[in-house]
Amino acid sequence: MRAIYILCLRQLKRYVRSPARIIGSLGQPILFLVALGFGFRTMFARAGGGNYLNFLAPGIISMAILFNAVFSGIEIIWDRQFGFLKETLVAPVSRLEIVFGRTLGGAIVAMAQGAVVFVICLAFGFRLERLVLLPAAIVFMFLIALLFTSIGTAIGSVLQDMQGFPLIMNFLVMPLFFFSGALFPATGLPKALQFALRLNPLTYGVDGLRGSFSNSFALGMTTDFVVLTVLTAILLAVGSYFFSKIQL
Amino acid sequence: MNEMIVVQDLVKNYGEFCAVDHISFTVPEGKIFGFLGPNGAGKTTTIKMLTTVLDPTSGAIRVNGHDPAREQKQVRRSFGIVFQDPSLDDELTAFENMDLHGILYGVPHGERRKRIDLLVDFVGLGDRKKDFVKTFSGGMKRRLEVARALLHNPRILFLDEPTIGLDPQTRNHIWSYIQQLSKEEGVTVFFTTHYMDEADRVASDVAVIDHGKIVAQGTPGELKERTKSATLEDAFIALTGHAIREEEATSADRMRMMGRVWRGAGRR
Repeated sequence: MRAIYILCLRQLKRYVRSPARIIGSLGQPILFLVALGFGFRTMFARAGGGNYLNFLAPGIISMAILFNAVFSGIEIIWDRQFGFLKETLVAPVSRLEIVFGRTLGGAIVAMAQGAVVFVICLAFGFRLERLVLLPAAIVFMFLIALLFTSIGTAIGSVLQDMQGFPLIMNFLVMPLFFFSGALFPATGLPKALQFALRLNPLTYGVDGLRGSFSNSFALGMTTDFVVLTVLTAILLAVGSYFFSKIQL
Repeated sequence: MNEMIVVQDLVKNYGEFCAVDHISFTVPEGKIFGFLGPNGAGKTTTIKMLTTVLDPTSGAIRVNGHDPAREQKQVRRSFGIVFQDPSLDDELTAFENMDLHGILYGVPHGERRKRIDLLVDFVGLGDRKKDFVKTFSGGMKRRLEVARALLHNPRILFLDEPTIGLDPQTRNHIWSYIQQLSKEEGVTVFFTTHYMDEADRVASDVAVIDHGKIVAQGTPGELKERTKSATLEDAFIALTGHAIREEEATSADRMRMMGRVWRGAGRR
């Protein structure tokens, strides 16, 4: 337990102490929010979709969490290269404790970043339909964060250096984001794309978050919650497995 | 006398390449054992296997009576290590690095505070305790790593080129403390170094490894006598030859380069 606590705390300290990272990773969500939010607003409303900003904001919050979570997990590569990982691997604690502490810390950081984006969305005019489901929104944010930090952990455990990072961004993270229903609704999409959306874990996160804010779930709150929880458990196990196989 | 480290017929293969080739040696409790060899000879690979982070291909190891591959926790509790490469978290303070180590090793709160103060003072960083490690020089980081390795009162101390890049004052300071630890508390020390005068001065026993094989073993005096050399450095050259070894740049080296480029702007 103590190892989980201290390694989690370490992640939080590193986050709080790097304002450059906090501000830097807000750039992309704000860009998407402003460019798409205002750019497509009129079109979306004319097509009968309602308030696009209210539709988009949960997607942008999910995006911020997704990017930060994957990056938090991948930070293992930095720790491996800059040496700190060794210090934890020779300590008399189990690999499971180390990976849980790291992943939990990374997930909290990603969630914090999502919360910041949430506030920014409010500033741009995003409004909640109902406040009662705000706790559910927090749960969904945490699940998204934990799930994708676990994926990052798995990737970071396998990769030796950052050479593969653009590959992961362009062929994993970006497609996950674009085909999650974060930017557009799934209805009316070609069958193949609809199917792809259904396979994407982030789809359930975006829907859960959007539903919690607006009280209308496309897939159902229970479905979103169950799918995310099960996938998070599986991916946490996968991440832990790969982490436990690291040899120096 | 207790055998603190026992290595029998140890082998580590990376594919076709044999990094450690059937080596055997023992280190009795309380001894200072120098493990010498040119670059790429297999020193660090051996230390990795002794310290539970790399599984051997074959052979048997006992560290403090336990097998590093199977009884990892018992082995890990019994040693402290200073790695060849830095292993501090630059974004934490000196104190936080020490404290994190103490918590990972289960050192109780009160004792932890006391020992951190004692050890940080000892390595001359008492007044820099609250400073971020990223503001430290290479030598200061090294000293902090030595202090950290000793925090949980280990029975064995592994030092992989611990004095690299340190000035003679600091080197002497660190070695005299380590000798004192070994004498007074019976801590066993296993170290590697490229400074042969250092090995000659502090090691009670040395083993010379080259191309993964141990080519000589004994006291520094015995090695000098056997090779009819005046110094341990001459003996070392006589045993391992004059050829300069090539070591390939590891991905870690490339990463450091990239890291400097990427994060350089934000730092200093």
